[in-house]
Amino acid sequence: MEYILIFITAIFVNNIVLSQFLGICPFLGVSKKVETAMGMGAAVAFVLTLSTIVTYVIQKFVLDPFGLAYLQTIAFILVIAALVQMVEIILKKVSPALYQALGVFLPLITTNCCILGVAILVIQQDFDLLTGVIYAFSTALGFALALIVFAGIREQLSMVSIPKGMQGMSIALVTAGLLAMAFMGFSGVDKGLSALFGLG
Amino acid sequence: MNNFKVLLNGMIKENPTFVLLLGMCPTLGTTSSAINGMSMGLATMFVLICSNVVISSIKNLVPDMVRIPIFVVVIAAFVTVLQMVMQAYVPALYATLGLFIPLIVVNCILLGRAEAFACKNGPVPSFFDGLGIGLGFTIALTLLGGVREFLGTGKLFGMTIMPEQYGMLVFVLAPGAFIALGYLIAIVNRLKKA
Repeated sequence: MEYILIFITAIFVNNIVLSQFLGICPFLGVSKKVETAMGMGAAVAFVLTLSTIVTYVIQKFVLDPFGLAYLQTIAFILVIAALVQMVEIILKKVSPALYQALGVFLPLITTNCCILGVAILVIQQDFDLLTGVIYAFSTALGFALALIVFAGIREQLSMVSIPKGMQGMSIALVTAGLLAMAFMGFSGVDKGLSALFGLG
Repeated sequence: MNNFKVLLNGMIKENPTFVLLLGMCPTLGTTSSAINGMSMGLATMFVLICSNVVISSIKNLVPDMVRIPIFVVVIAAFVTVLQMVMQAYVPALYATLGLFIPLIVVNCILLGRAEAFACKNGPVPSFFDGLGIGLGFTIALTLLGGVREFLGTGKLFGMTIMPEQYGMLVFVLAPGAFIALGYLIAIVNRLKKA
């Protein structure tokens, strides 16, 4: 039950993009077409889940026992960059079809702040490994959901005429604001659910 | 190009927020009030100046193939320094900005300036570039924070200007960040053409 709560909270209530402001760059950058949005969403889900496992292991078995917690930022960013490179190389060999689909998005992911952000959040909130992985995966689903919905809206927006000054990023941000407002409708759902499940 | 021009270029012509549209996550995430926005801008400026100076000094020692990982390590090192200093002297501010301090590492402005400016110029111009871009970022964040704080709570830098009940709370919350930034960019676009 606790896991279902984490799942729903991470996707709808505390959506990573629309209420936590992580991963805004790809959210605004690759949301012009629904297809690319799906590719990016899948790539993020894959890397985010994997990187959370790896950074968790590093934190618990390397940084904590040796008292190196202050190196967290440096260690995590290097691990994530190396991991993304490795995933890219392995995918190229093992599954060229998947590489074709995700390929262009993988290098972009290193600088996606939601990867590092989630890795740090999992440590900060003191999750165990399974909870952390579920949290990371549902966060990535939330990211994909926001991205795909937003891309769908932007596809429609490209067909209407918009005042000159508002074109491009400006109207995209206002649209994102309205989308965020829609997601605010979910606030309180987490409390309701935890009461329903009797988690307090 | 003299240093003053580099400084102005960073602040106005290549303003990271309004013109280059870089570093959107902290821009939206930390600007719930003018003072928070300004602190985040200054924190980023500190890291940017330090990393620019160091990267431009070591650029000839770094092999081209591995320059990006090395730049990232330099940036991450200064972010760690900043984290420790802030935790020690301004713990309240550190708690407010929270996750966005370690996330300065993945702010595209820093790596962008390292690639575009610091690895082609000497330490002194790089210092001014860092200062200019950093100030541009700080101004943008303070402005956005000010707008959101004023519209949301009727205050500016914590001083009441308009009675609080006229405030639109939504501007302090997440949607307001997107909307306020969207309109600010529209205004800047309009001014650029005029």
